[in-house]
Amino acid sequence: QSTLVVAEHTNDKLTPITLNVISAARKLGDEVSCLVAGTNCAKVVGEISKVQGVKKVLVAQHDAYKGLLPEELTPLILATQKQFQFTHICAGASAFGKNLLPRVAAKLDVAPISDIIEIKSPDTFVRTIYAGNALSTVKCSESVKVFSVRGTSFEAALVEGGSATKEEVLPLPPAGMSEWIEQNLTKSNRPELTSAKVVVSGGRGLKSGDNFKLLYDLADKLNAAVGASRAAVDAGFVPNDMQVGQTGKIVAPELYIAVGISGAIQHLAGMKDSKTIVAINKDPDAPIFQVADYGIVADLFKVVPEMTEALKK
Amino acid sequence: MSARVLVGVKRVIDYAVKIRVKPDNSGVVTDGVKHSMNPFCEIAVEEAVKLKEKKLIKEVVVVSCGPQQVQETIRTALAMGADRGIHVEVSGKDSDTLGPLQVSKILAALAKKEDARLVILGKQAIDDDCNQTGQMTAALLDWPQGTFASEVVLEGDKLKVVREVDGGLETVRLRMPAVVTADLRLNTPRYATLPNIMKAKKKKIDVVKPSDLGVDLTSRLEVLRVDEPPQRQAGVKVETVEDLLSKLKEAGRI
Repeated sequence: QSTLVVAEHTNDKLTPITLNVISAARKLGDEVSCLVAGTNCAKVVGEISKVQGVKKVLVAQHDAYKGLLPEELTPLILATQKQFQFTHICAGASAFGKNLLPRVAAKLDVAPISDIIEIKSPDTFVRTIYAGNALSTVKCSESVKVFSVRGTSFEAALVEGGSATKEEVLPLPPAGMSEWIEQNLTKSNRPELTSAKVVVSGGRGLKSGDNFKLLYDLADKLNAAVGASRAAVDAGFVPNDMQVGQTGKIVAPELYIAVGISGAIQHLAGMKDSKTIVAINKDPDAPIFQVADYGIVADLFKVVPEMTEALKK
Repeated sequence: MSARVLVGVKRVIDYAVKIRVKPDNSGVVTDGVKHSMNPFCEIAVEEAVKLKEKKLIKEVVVVSCGPQQVQETIRTALAMGADRGIHVEVSGKDSDTLGPLQVSKILAALAKKEDARLVILGKQAIDDDCNQTGQMTAALLDWPQGTFASEVVLEGDKLKVVREVDGGLETVRLRMPAVVTADLRLNTPRYATLPNIMKAKKKKIDVVKPSDLGVDLTSRLEVLRVDEPPQRQAGVKVETVEDLLSKLKEAGRI
């Protein structure tokens, strides 16, 4: 067995989910290689070389890899695959990995497997279907297994103790069919949603985008990230990148506080692996209470400021 | 513009239906269960129809793969404003194992046959949650891909796509022809009105077989079993904020 992990990074920093993917890859065997493609990624290469369990880091640098466009990365991965004949190719089930891996798989004429949560054996994987309402165990008989990994289902590999060898990979001529223009990332001083230890999320019960301030105040006291249900996103209260759920982000923090969220199936799929769940909702029959460890049936507009006050002490 | 747009639609269990796993763990219960068009596919259809209304494209062709019933889904798209339909007939065992790879091969073959300039799909289906078909269709055609789109602008022979990524938004410019997959905020799909539903009955649906398109349906993925997810136990109700915070402190969560 030999596995290629396609690293997700910002040239300066490895995106945390890559460490979860490396852990998943190690379950398949010791031969774990990572591909770092970028424009100027010496820093990331240094970081990933230290990750426990990584044997080899393949580095490809070229201006065409700006923005990590799938049209440019796919030929590079195919060339790498031709050279090293990996048995498995994987990446995180993030916007990056979901965009890239199916393109690679189709070019290899293999069926990829998305968003796995468990590896049963080198050819058998478990993934969720129907927004987490069922678990599907899939056996893959393809010559090379291409899959994306749900970050919250695997521990992060440690960034210490590793001593991977480094190998340059020659960049390929640019495909040139797509062009990366810009990225507008939501600026926030709060922790990132998918890796935060505490998440405070709001639903339609918040009634407006302005009222999310109540959640930001509470989140600041808990060093928490702020998320939202799809209902709150659809209602235009907050941007889509805050959405927790099957079609948004999957989170599994130590503490998840659901405020004014009824608990639609697709939302539960995005947060039910949280270690402790707190629900604040004035409707005692809201389904969110069925998954919550602690619930308060009360008006959120009273309870949330009260919590923030109490935490100030 | 005289371009043609191909839109793929999938018939899935309605999003409001509670999913039940079959007692023999072979799959989920689909018999006697309400089915609808995959919500992300509705957004794809809406986007194509809007382009046509703006006279930026000439024709919207809607495709669905599966047994006879998918013609209902095609009719829904026709009632929303698509011009004609193609039903790629896949039934029996082939329909059970039909996956994104096979569907992408069908869509790529049709895109060529129909001389489409743009393929619009939903970013994922709410049954298998794969999120693969658009990316794979683009790969097979060697076209660029604008996945998880929240805004699509035609700029001559280029396409500007604003994409939903993990930390916010990203903008890319693609050379046409291209594949786009629709995310939630791309648009709000319209409801088909009764006159349009009546009109849709007269629109044409061609029926083709995958073999007509030279597509082999062999799948090398096998679902061994389908299980219920582990259920979380409901916890306790607390009365006061003080009580809640002390319990969270005890548990070491704050």
